[in-house]
This record gives sequence, structure tokens and C-alpha cells, in this order.
Amino acid sequence: MRETNGSAGEAMPMVRFDHVTKAYGSLTVLNALNLDVAHGEKVAIIGPSGSGKTTVLRMLMTLERINDGVIYVEGEPLTHMERGGKLVPANQRHLRRLRGKIGMVFQHFNLFPHMNALKNCVEAPVTVLKMPRREAEERATELLEMVGLGDKLGHYPSQLSGGQQQRVAIARALAMRPKIMLFDEVTSALDPELVGEVLNVIRKLGAEHDLTMLMVTHQMGFAKEFADRVCFFYAGKIAEEGPPEEIFANPKNERTQQFLSAVLEAT
Amino acid sequence: MNEIWDWAYTWEILPILARASLVTIQATILGFILAATLGLVFAILRMSQSPWISLPVAGFVEFIRSTPLLIQIFFIFFVFPEFGIVLSALTAGILALGLHYGTYCSEVYRAGLANIPRGQWEASTALNLSGYHTFKDVIIPQAIPPVVPALGNYLVALFKETPLLSAIAVLELMQTAKILGSETFRYTEPITLVGIFFLVFSLVTAALLRQVEGWLKRRGGG
Ligand SMILES: Nc1ncnc2c1ncn2[C@@H]1O[C@H](COP(=O)(O)OP(=O)(O)OP(=O)(O)O)[C@@H](O)[C@H]1O
Ligand SMILES: [Mg+2]
Repeated sequence: MRETNGSAGEAMPMVRFDHVTKAYGSLTVLNALNLDVAHGEKVAIIGPSGSGKTTVLRMLMTLERINDGVIYVEGEPLTHMERGGKLVPANQRHLRRLRGKIGMVFQHFNLFPHMNALKNCVEAPVTVLKMPRREAEERATELLEMVGLGDKLGHYPSQLSGGQQQRVAIARALAMRPKIMLFDEVTSALDPELVGEVLNVIRKLGAEHDLTMLMVTHQMGFAKEFADRVCFFYAGKIAEEGPPEEIFANPKNERTQQFLSAVLEAT
Repeated sequence: MNEIWDWAYTWEILPILARASLVTIQATILGFILAATLGLVFAILRMSQSPWISLPVAGFVEFIRSTPLLIQIFFIFFVFPEFGIVLSALTAGILALGLHYGTYCSEVYRAGLANIPRGQWEASTALNLSGYHTFKDVIIPQAIPPVVPALGNYLVALFKETPLLSAIAVLELMQTAKILGSETFRYTEPITLVGIFFLVFSLVTAALLRQVEGWLKRRGGG
């Protein structure tokens, strides 16, 4: 049990990982991770395969349980809840309340294949947010227009290209009005010529919406231009972090240097 | 009078058997609706995180699957009344059929549910859908269409086991044929006609199932 972490307020970061540890069996994937993300901040997470990047997002989305530490969202514990001044593991009800602040876009889209683009974006607002269906449909239409798919509302995922599917997935996540958006290598499964259209949508989100974003990416050019901060993960730890200009132009950590030169060579 | 096949007798018993076939069809349809519903409930309960739910359900399903349907029919009809549950023969028979085939259907659903990619569950969680809506809106609509052919096989199998209800004197096709035969000492016509009824219904059902499968495929293709 640990002390509760003060009260929510302006000073609290949007997201705080406080000594978060995650292990699969004997394999410790993240080791006492500390990471604060400010309101509206765009954080790019980079690092070699297996360094725990996806795991960070999955823990925040509550898709994985954590073994130790606490994750806070807007100052409120996400993974835990307060009981008599102590933090105890969160129950489903608590998770559902806090999870509503977070949306996630997956590498493989994970659209619902039996629903058309519009329905994909309407179901959760209607059933979870209890939004009237008409209103949900209007908003979903606007969002799909925003991602450039206003003419594809009735199309099923199987009738859309990868880039279009990923844009539907972004609209679907936005329809839940999250404050925090998580992107896990959202362009990795796409043909190269489709990457740009998805990145453009993310750029637009960054510019037009008041969103805090965490994105795992291998697109170093995009990270450099878009992110406020870059976190380089290595073996379950943040080995180096800082503004993109610094990390990319002038990496201090040897691992970062090796990683960046390997990535830049490959592209 | 002793020819192999008596046409006059055939025409006489045909309407009686046709009426009895309605009982067979009723038992089949209601039994299968029960089986398909119970099967889904069993399959979902067996996925429960809590072993206090999943293990007893798994044990119950195994138990029902491993004991003969005829015993279950007798048990519901003759033993339930000891506990104050008195059912008509037809109701007891439908209940036994539904329960027995429900356990088979639950295995079919289980396979269908296991085939849903993990990403569908995770997307549902990320959208904060409740467990109920995850199953109802996301998982089940994807899990069921692929298993319709397997469920259809159990529908036909259940149908072909309805003559077991004659053991508790439900007036379905078989029981009616037996009574007709014992009254006239001519079994050839009634038993043969019952066989033909079953053949025709099985073929019709199989054709209908193919229609449903084709329709589901066209719909699933989106
Ligand atoms: N469900 C799991 N069971 C066991 N080990 C897992 C599981 N999920 C991830 N791991 C392990 O945890 C480590 C970190 O995985 P993670 O997916 O977070 O890496 P990553 O940085 O996203 O890598 P990549 O760039 O390849 O996507 C890896 O060693 C991986 O094998
Ligand atoms: Mg990953």
C-alpha cells in the first residue's frame, strides 16, 4: 500500500506513471517506470523492438494489469482506488469510469468487421455515453468527414483500404470524446503510400483538438515534427528523453545513438 | 388382405400420422430453441473469470454430454415430480432434448467464441463497452454465423432423436405409429411412413439450412 497522491488540480499531469512495474512471468518488461505527461502534450515513444513501448500504452488503456506502482490520470489513480486513505486495486466500475478519458488506436485497426464505418463510430457513444442515436450519428458523420471519409459511411471495413480503415478507427476512438489518445504504431501495418493520409489526420487532431497524445512510432520524421517530447525506451526503462530537436540532433545516451543510426540507415 | 403393402390402410393412417408429425416438429423446434439458447449461456458462463462459475458449468456440461438422452428424459419425467416439479410428457421431453443438445451447442459456440481475434475484445475495452454490450454487439454477431452449419447439424440430429420421446408416451410420430401398429397388427405401413416423414423433413431442413448459410455469407461479406 502506498500513500495517496494529493488531490487533483491544475498542477497534476494528465498522465503519471509512478514506479510502474510490469512483468510477464519472470520477464520484467517495465521496471519502476516514471513518466509524466502534461495536459495537451504530445509524447512520441521510440525504441527497439521488445523495449516495452506497446506495454506502456496497453497498461494505460487498462488492457494489462500492472504488477507494481500506480498510474494516475488527471491526478486520480487509474489502476487503483482509494479506500480509507489507502490505494487498493481498482474494481471494474472504477476502471470503466476512468477509462472513458482514454482512447486508443491499434496497429491492426481492430475495427468491427460486421459494422459499417458509421456504425463502428456510433455503437459505443450510444451504449456507453447513452447518446441519442441521431446525435451519435451526426457526430460520427462529422468525425468521418474530418478524417476524409465522408463518402464512405456505409462501407464495411473489408471494403476499405488499410489507410481508410485506420482513419475510421481514429474517428471511432474520437467519438468517445477522450482526453488522452494512444497510438500504437498506427501506420506500421500500412503500405507506404497510405502512411501519409493517416499521419495527416493525426496532425490535424493535434492542431484542432485539445488532446493529450502518446504515440509509439517508428516514423522518426513524424516524431521529430509532431512531438513535444520524445521518450527513448530501452529494456523497460526510459533511457533518454527530451525535445525532439535534442534527441534526434544530439542524443546523449549511447543506446539512443545506436538506435537512431540503425533506424536512419534503414530508411 | 395379407399383401405386403395395404394402400387403403395407408390412406387411413396418413392423416393421423400427419397430425402426430406436428408434435414431432413442435418438440424439434422448441427443443432446438432451448438448446441453442442454453448452449450460448453455457458457453459464456464457461468463459467466466471466476472459477466458481466456470467450473461447475463445465462439470454440468460434461455430465449431461456423457449420459444418455433417454436417461435424462426419464429423469425429468419420473424423478422431477419427486421434487414437486410435475411436467407433461411433451414438456419433459422438450426440456430433456434442449438440455442435452444445449451441451453440444455450447461446445460449438465455444469454438466460435474462441475464434474471435483478441483485438476485437481489446477494441471493445478501449471503447469502454460493458461486458454485456461487448458480447451482444461485438462478439456474438461475429461468433455465430461461422458456426451456423454446425448448429444446423445438431438441429437435424435432435430431430432424429425425437422418437425417444415415445418412451414417455409423447404422442409424436413414433409413438403414434406404434399404437396404430398394435391396434391393427400391421406395422409395415405406419413404421415405413414414419421413416419417410423423417426423410422428407430432414431433407427440407437441410435445404433451409443451406439457404440460411448462404444468406449469412452474403450478409457477412458486407
Ligand atoms: N502477453 C505477453 N506475454 C508474455 N510476454 C509478453 C506479452 N506481451 C509482451 N511481452 C513481452 O514484453 C516485452 C515488451 O513487449 P512490447 O510489445 O511492449 O514491446 P514493443 O516495444 O512494443 O516492441 P515492438 O517494437 O516489437 O512492438 C517483449 O519482450 C515481449 O515479448
Ligand atoms: Mg509494440
